Amino acid sequence: MSEDLLTLEVVTPEKMVFSGKVEEVTIPGTEGEFGVLRGHEPFLTSVDIGELYFIADGKKYFYAVNTGYAEVTASKVTVLIETAERADAIDKDRAERAKVKAESALAGLSKESSEYEKMRLALVRAINRIGVAEKSTLH
Amino acid sequence: MPSLKDIKRKVSAVQKTKQITRAMNMVAASKFKSAQMKMENFRPYAGKFMDVLNSLAGRAESISHPLLAVREPKRVRVICMTSDRGLCGGFNTNLIKATERFLREKTAENKEVGMINVGRKGRDYFRKKANILAHKVDVLSRFDMTLAAEIADEVIPAFIKEEYDELYLIYNQFVNVSIQRPSVVRLFPLPSIGQEMDGDGESNVDYSYEPSEEVLLQKLLPMYVHVLIFRALLETSAGENGARMAAMDNATSNCEELIRSLTLKMNKARQAAITAELMDIVGGTEALAKG
Repeated sequence: MSEDLLTLEVVTPEKMVFSGKVEEVTIPGTEGEFGVLRGHEPFLTSVDIGELYFIADGKKYFYAVNTGYAEVTASKVTVLIETAERADAIDKDRAERAKVKAESALAGLSKESSEYEKMRLALVRAINRIGVAEKSTLH
Repeated sequence: MPSLKDIKRKVSAVQKTKQITRAMNMVAASKFKSAQMKMENFRPYAGKFMDVLNSLAGRAESISHPLLAVREPKRVRVICMTSDRGLCGGFNTNLIKATERFLREKTAENKEVGMINVGRKGRDYFRKKANILAHKVDVLSRFDMTLAAEIADEVIPAFIKEEYDELYLIYNQFVNVSIQRPSVVRLFPLPSIGQEMDGDGESNVDYSYEPSEEVLLQKLLPMYVHVLIFRALLETSAGENGARMAAMDNATSNCEELIRSLTLKMNKARQAAITAELMDIVGGTEALAKG
């Protein structure tokens, strides 16, 4: 059985978020979400804001992740991202507040201003976190 | 000769100072520990990042990115990273000296220098002395990658728009608890990657890239800047608390020294008073006996 497993490492500047054996991992790449099983062709891609999940011991774990990249080899996946939060650790109220704040800020900004892109990203992140937080109750 | 009461008052004052410096030493020690932990936690990320960046840079045939563009350096910018708070010995003074030397050199070469300050101490010092373009103060007590990203946002777009030609980072390199070395690092144009081989360099796996190497590299370079700035922030924070620990330890032992010498003085003064009194009594009885 153990030869079907994949080693996954999720690393952020703050800490090693996860390190262990998983059956399958799905990563939000910039070119689209992709799943990895053991024996995958080695490749390297960048990661976007989105949800990362993996299956370990038959259970699904969700994480909200920020930009970074993923390195895939046949037996190991390394994900380097600037932030990663486990679904059940997300403060949903805070994310909701951030969403409202970003939305109201966006309404008052022109699309050209540099602030606009910043707030848009903040909004995307907040929505992502809310979405992932809701999944924590699934399993 | 100060009176007994004066000395006593002084001793108790020094004793109170000693209590404060000792408490500050302990606070700095615990902060230092957490800063060191942060550095430890950052290491795997930085190491992996360098591995991938190096292998990518080695593979991409020609790297061309606005952050690597070499122009004649006429306008220079410098990020000066000090602490927010004082009482940490020569930590900020040494760094400010190094920065001033750097500014003098660049001005002598007729270059236009703009400054970005991180940390209150540097901002306060250079407020009237240099052309400060942006500053981040009171941020070092708690920070994460977002701060590095914010600083990078100040410098990356302006460099790409060719508003300036070179960017330097001046910060205290953390050597150990008692040694912090002010160092000047050039950030932009980014020194050619691959020279700084932090990794083990054995990543010879034939990857396929998605998107292409070049596009991926474009995404990774700004992140590389984040990594460099974040590392400097971590070293500053660890260095600050290390320096404060050492400074407060010194202050505490100086207080002890002072208390010891003051106590000696106090005892001498007391003895002198007793002797004088005894002399009085002896003199008095002698006079009585004679009379």
